[in-house]
Amino acid sequence: MIAFILRRLAQAIVVMLTVAFIAFMLFQYVGDPVTNLLGQDATPEQRVQLRADLGLDRPFPVQFAAFIGNAVQGEFGLSLRQGRKVSALIVERFPATVELAFGAALLALAFGIPMGVYAALKRGNFLSQALMTFSLLGVSLPTFLIGILLILFFAVTLKVLPSFGRGDTVAIGAWTSGLLTADGWKHLILPAVTLSIFQLTLIMRLVRAEMLEVLRTDYIKFARARGLPNRAVYFGHALKNTLVPVITITGLQLGSLIAFAIITETVFQWPGMGLLFIQAVQFADIPVMAAYLCLIALIFVVINLIVDMLYFAVDPRLRIDKSTAGH
Amino acid sequence: MNRFQTTVMAATLAAACGLAQAATLRVANQGDATSMDPHSLNESLQLSITGNVYEPLVGRDKKLGLAPALATRWAQTSPTVWRFDLRRDVKFHDGTPFTADDVLFSFTRAAGDGSDMKGYTSAIKDVRKVDQYTVDLETTAPFPILPDVISLVYIMSKKWCEDNKAEKPVDRRKGIENTASFRSNGTGPYRLRERQPTTRSVFVRNPTYWDKAEGNVDEVIFTPIGNDATRVAAMLSGEIDMMEPVPLQDVERLKSNANITVMQGPELRTIFLGMDQKRDELQFSSVKGKNPFKDKRVRQAFYQAIDIETIRARVMRNAATPTGLMIAPGIKGFVADQNRRLPHDTEAAKKLLADAGYPSGFEVGMNCPNDRYVNDGEICQAVAANLARIGVKVNLQAESKATYFPKILRRDTSFYLLGWTPGTYDAHNALSNLMATPTDKGQGQFNLGSYSNAKLDELTLKVQSETDQVKRNAMIAEAFKLHADDIGHIPLHQQALAWAMKKNVSLVQLADNFMPFKYITVK
Repeated sequence: MIAFILRRLAQAIVVMLTVAFIAFMLFQYVGDPVTNLLGQDATPEQRVQLRADLGLDRPFPVQFAAFIGNAVQGEFGLSLRQGRKVSALIVERFPATVELAFGAALLALAFGIPMGVYAALKRGNFLSQALMTFSLLGVSLPTFLIGILLILFFAVTLKVLPSFGRGDTVAIGAWTSGLLTADGWKHLILPAVTLSIFQLTLIMRLVRAEMLEVLRTDYIKFARARGLPNRAVYFGHALKNTLVPVITITGLQLGSLIAFAIITETVFQWPGMGLLFIQAVQFADIPVMAAYLCLIALIFVVINLIVDMLYFAVDPRLRIDKSTAGH
Repeated sequence: MNRFQTTVMAATLAAACGLAQAATLRVANQGDATSMDPHSLNESLQLSITGNVYEPLVGRDKKLGLAPALATRWAQTSPTVWRFDLRRDVKFHDGTPFTADDVLFSFTRAAGDGSDMKGYTSAIKDVRKVDQYTVDLETTAPFPILPDVISLVYIMSKKWCEDNKAEKPVDRRKGIENTASFRSNGTGPYRLRERQPTTRSVFVRNPTYWDKAEGNVDEVIFTPIGNDATRVAAMLSGEIDMMEPVPLQDVERLKSNANITVMQGPELRTIFLGMDQKRDELQFSSVKGKNPFKDKRVRQAFYQAIDIETIRARVMRNAATPTGLMIAPGIKGFVADQNRRLPHDTEAAKKLLADAGYPSGFEVGMNCPNDRYVNDGEICQAVAANLARIGVKVNLQAESKATYFPKILRRDTSFYLLGWTPGTYDAHNALSNLMATPTDKGQGQFNLGSYSNAKLDELTLKVQSETDQVKRNAMIAEAFKLHADDIGHIPLHQQALAWAMKKNVSLVQLADNFMPFKYITVK
């Protein structure tokens, strides 16, 4: 087990380094922050000086080495745009993104699983056809469009929900939470729904497919033969066995919810890390972009590691001791 | 009456008064100030926001004329010395009194390392304290427009900056944060109460402000909303009281709402096209061995091929004023009589091109930003379509400002679009930055096609130090005429400002796109 974790950690480091390297290569093409940092009246010498001060005139490998050297010490430097420590900026923005991502994940699970089960059991009836159609829309409509439509309907026409921002937040230490105020909850609804729709439809389709698969298996037939009620067959036996892949997918999707909240955050002006990243890209704020990409890579790596360990715990076949396997 | 009752009464009274007057204004903007430090970036939004908290010596009135701010009077005591009488009894927000020492400190800070305001202070040789409430500014050469030039140099408190280790604008080299980036202590009509960069900033009225209050806004909640559609939705749903800018395609939509006013007005920024007139062969063109833009007939052909009326009506949805000059009305030195464009005439343009030796046109690359000015990418597409009619094939490269500006500042361009607002509100700024021959001293820095006319250079230098306003204006007019006759650039238009607000909000829209909260009233 320990060897397994160590091996995975070593792989994780390689992944992180690769991400950082590719990210740095891309930075050569996002443009020059210096023109954004100085006003139009700055002289050419001032621009050259600033470029040198920021270390942007150094060759790419040197910049990359310096970045890694600092990053290992947890130091990502100052945001060019805001003149603040990148680590502080990320710590400040992290809670907003996490609350949004978890809100969306819960919504996706709470609605996706029952809808999937229903669509599998009542295959062919009107409601389950409607659900399948809806799920197609959900996977194919782009997030920003869903967000704008929701804003148009709930904020502009009905005026029941706010269109932007996070509302009132309460600070608990370094963590600012919008979950402790009614205003915060109201602000969370539309972005969370927007972000969850894709995951929701994904989970629904997955549960439906798995469920149909399981319902065809022998043990379900035997369960029926034993005269178990439908309820026990569907929920006690079938659903339980469909949930293993669902848990895996949900875990992995949580990472992408955090990483790809960018669009939702932009549409709703949600003050999370995704918005921070987009603003950084527009400004060519390299330290923020680099730190964000590394953090996202880290989140994926950690989630993958946890999922692998869960497999270890859940699937008995993986646990069979190698020494006894030969018998 | 016991003490408790008194307190309750006083509180009720205060609350009642508060109800009668207190007004909160929720403002949304496309972006946010990058910092609250008034010397860190020379950019309109930054200086507009910090300008509510900090003040200059000489400010601007509602017509952008000079107005006393922290200085009550100013006069030239010799050609190179300006004397400023400072306002007495002004206190910074933390209670420290404002004196000449703060002025000396602020000018040193604005001229020092890390400051982006050096362009405004470069002509100043020395700042001297005459007494507690009088300072002399000595310039390196006679400098008639010094008060105009320093109207965006805001005054900070010496004591506060020293106490808070904010003597310098942010030092990126050492990676040291600066208190003045997130907190502030000015003399202005509003105090900064809360600052969450790019999320929310709250300003409250300064109760000890030296001037009478014109507007009635006690609290301003400023929220950046980057997405156009979301900003418009927030305005329509009533979650914000005013927004800026209104995307042109949404102007009609907002106007049709009974609760919303859209205010459109001219801006000081002029949008124009530039052409490489220096290289012997264009970098991006099918013409080899020579540079067609060196021929005035080609430049004129380009000019006359552009259908500016259609650009105004279609691309800009009427929110632009076509111009024949490189500066806007409202800039010192603007002459309305000179503001005439050459007529749009495709046939004449074709003939000019043929006379110049390009009867079947040529190919040229064009550089254009697509996220800097109003509909900038679309303007370039329209220009390309116009030029196609005279046989010129434009290879348009429209891109983000982050990659566009580094490229054109290296002068890696043959044909480009740019916008310019003279930061000093004076024609000399445009002459020296856009039209004078580039030198390594910073002159002509944004004359990216290196247009050059020796007579214009000479006039630019003279304009800088001429103290007689009549003579000075005559020289400016002559320089602009030379430039127009040469077709040094192709001016296009001044884009319009578009702000939307609820019907109960009244305010003053300034052509420099600044938003002083003190003029805003909520009924």
